[in-house]
Amino acid sequence: MRLQSVNTVFKRELKAFLVSPSAYIVITIYLALTGWFFFSTFFLAGRADMRSFFNLMPLLFSFTIPAVTMRLFSEEYSTGSFEMLKTQPLTSADIVGGKFLSALAFIALMLVPTLAYALSISFIGELDWGPVIGGYIGALLMAGAYCAIGILASSATRNQIVAFILSAAVCVVLSLIDQLIWVLPSGLAGVLSRIGTAYHFTNVSKGIIDSRDLVYFVSVIFMALYGSWLLNQEKE
Amino acid sequence: MISIENLVKDYGETRALNSISIKIPRGQVIGLLGPNGAGKSTTLRILTGYIKPTSGQIKVKGLDVTEHSTEVKKMIGYLPESAPLYTEMLVWDYLNYIADLRGIKKPYKTERIKELAGLCGISEVMHRPVRSLSKGYKQRVGLAQALMDDPEILVLDEPTSGLDPNQIAEIRSIIREIGKEKTVIFSTHILSEAEAVCSRVVIINKGSIAADGSTEMLRTGGKTEQRIQLLLKGGSEDKIRKLFRAAEGLEILELADNKDGLLVIIGSENDKREDIYRMIKQTDLIMLEMNLQRQTLENIFRELTREAV
Repeated sequence: MRLQSVNTVFKRELKAFLVSPSAYIVITIYLALTGWFFFSTFFLAGRADMRSFFNLMPLLFSFTIPAVTMRLFSEEYSTGSFEMLKTQPLTSADIVGGKFLSALAFIALMLVPTLAYALSISFIGELDWGPVIGGYIGALLMAGAYCAIGILASSATRNQIVAFILSAAVCVVLSLIDQLIWVLPSGLAGVLSRIGTAYHFTNVSKGIIDSRDLVYFVSVIFMALYGSWLLNQEKE
Repeated sequence: MISIENLVKDYGETRALNSISIKIPRGQVIGLLGPNGAGKSTTLRILTGYIKPTSGQIKVKGLDVTEHSTEVKKMIGYLPESAPLYTEMLVWDYLNYIADLRGIKKPYKTERIKELAGLCGISEVMHRPVRSLSKGYKQRVGLAQALMDDPEILVLDEPTSGLDPNQIAEIRSIIREIGKEKTVIFSTHILSEAEAVCSRVVIINKGSIAADGSTEMLRTGGKTEQRIQLLLKGGSEDKIRKLFRAAEGLEILELADNKDGLLVIIGSENDKREDIYRMIKQTDLIMLEMNLQRQTLENIFRELTREAV
């Protein structure tokens, strides 16, 4: 893995996101949905915090991130440009790493406008910045995990729709699993809720950054990217 | 420079390559020739590190392509079949990206891209998106990409397929130009192309090598039999048959009526045109035409590849 190669792939992919209209459609939909869901309850609750904004995040990310990552490998497979990429003096790790970072950077850019919510709340009330900062850190960690899952799905198929459905399904399950545990035997419930992202994300977004939650997100990212790397090795 | 040893590639049940061995010295321009699906692209894809062989190996300058893939990829410039480029990028951006991947540093980069644009004739499309280019231009951008860091080996997979005759001629002249200094391996199913561009031709059929040699050698290869075509006037079939039966080492292969006379094809061990001329001179036959039929690569190719069908 060479930093310069990763950087080159990263820059190209980010640029490809930023020139494609579909990326702006995803951003628009995301901002419209969060804005609407958040502010429709914000004034009713009358609390100066962003908890409901962050509560929505796992589920919204489950659809927006797969839509962003679906093209990363599938498109290259179907147009054949992957052959060009793979025969350049790069390793598969450079390719996977560059693409992952570009998707994560794009999601970070998508989150930037939502800082306006925090700022406007801080003008009208006493905003506790701790959970807000924790929430954004958690959001980035969770985005990382979902991007990695999206990339794994995208490296498994040449069909972007299939990649989207696969990764959205996995992300939705990870987001909602802690809300489904009441149907499961109580012995399993504790374990299963910890497999989900929401449990860890909630912890981080309270402003408490625990190493267990960090380890969880980093290992999901690592495992999914490793899977993608393996699929890239196998690709013929 | 490149040694391909007992290369085998299976796709599931089907065997795409069946023990192919080729040695390519530095500076040779070599054409891989074969019908569609013969295994040309598979061979090139293994050479460029895109896919892995089932067994056997390819060594470039002594380095195994699967073990030292990054080093080998640095030595090879590759244009895959039908030049799959990123369609949304501008040509300039694309070449710039390839230059970055190939590790070309800033001060030389712009200069190099401009130089390649001139060489490949794409200067006027540098600021257009790849999507909007014609097939010929895409192919040239692909060629510029392959030449980016002046690699020692150039691998081109069907570089002229789908192009019009003018574009084909241009791409060929570029290949010939490059071939003066570099090792060039390219695949094609057009024979005249191999003849026009390469010094050596390897014919692949059904995953095996059917023939390997210089274009000259292939043409005469194995068979020394010559075919001489005559157009004779003023004689009957019987008379002509009798005449040639008497002559030693000459055999009538075909005899047919033609609007100007009789068309005779003679087979002989070697070039017997002089003997035939003298022989005809002594009779009252009039010779309208006489020519030595060259065994064309087309014929050889057809013979070699048909047997296996």
